[in-house]
Amino acid sequence: MKALLPCMMLLILASPLAAQDGLPPAPYANRQLDDPALEAEAQELMETLRCLKCQSQSIADSDAPMAGDMRSQVRMRLAAGERPEAIRGWLTARYGDYVSYKPQIGSATWPLFAIPPALLALAGLVLWRRLGHGAGRRP
Amino acid sequence: MNRWRLWLPLAVFAGFLALAGAMLMRPRDDVVASAMVGQPLPDFTLRPAVTDRPGLASRDLVGRPRLLNIFASWCVPCIAEAPQLARLAARGVVIDGIAIRDRPEDVARFLARYGNPYRAIGADDVSAVQLAIGSSGVPETFVIDPAGRIAYQHIGEIRAEDVDKLLKKLEEDGT
Repeated sequence: MKALLPCMMLLILASPLAAQDGLPPAPYANRQLDDPALEAEAQELMETLRCLKCQSQSIADSDAPMAGDMRSQVRMRLAAGERPEAIRGWLTARYGDYVSYKPQIGSATWPLFAIPPALLALAGLVLWRRLGHGAGRRP
Repeated sequence: MNRWRLWLPLAVFAGFLALAGAMLMRPRDDVVASAMVGQPLPDFTLRPAVTDRPGLASRDLVGRPRLLNIFASWCVPCIAEAPQLARLAARGVVIDGIAIRDRPEDVARFLARYGNPYRAIGADDVSAVQLAIGSSGVPETFVIDPAGRIAYQHIGEIRAEDVDKLLKKLEEDGT
């Protein structure tokens, strides 16, 4: 028991084994931009960009070092005058639509946007006919 | 005609179940492939990651086909691919490395323990080059053609069975 105590003390003192890396985070990973309007834009953009390491989180929510590096890039690019959608475009040019949480209408996604109105129109048509306005009126 | 219609909703529902079942049976795929394959390497200049190898700049990566290996000393699968990288280097393949978020002493220790197949190693401290080439993790290995274009991306560690595939890709790009 007596020998156990120093061992436990050592365990407490030992720094946890670095799960990732030993480098400090990128300059703007956890630091806000000085201009509140720009920072608000950065925040809005970062919440709709996917963390590539932890794919169910946005880079705004993730503690992964790579997400921090992405936040830093976003903030530095905004501070340099780039527009948020240009930054999103830069990332989708590298990682595809996957990196963005913002829905885009494209060749693969247009049915998602087209089907609901089409179904609504169909339902409306059926209702209209059922309610007795259609030509195929039944007794 | 009417009887056939009666079964239609159930058939649609069964079809939906079958589709959902089939999708659930598919193996999980959370690999994010780079959309930069086929495009020229973006411009970059990285300081040397260790003292006994030069740093890495995009303008150096031309002239002959080569591998660009994204690794880190803190990355466990990178240990697993070290023997395969050594084999590729022994076959005469030029391998350039980019160490992600790494300290020089850690990289040096990693290379001393698992071998150093690299011609040059650049240090990417804020994952800037990694993001610029569309790499989403370590390790990843890119085949760069003699014109400095990204020709192929291998995601994850290089296993023994991947060596021949990479050699073939390098050969295709050398000609």
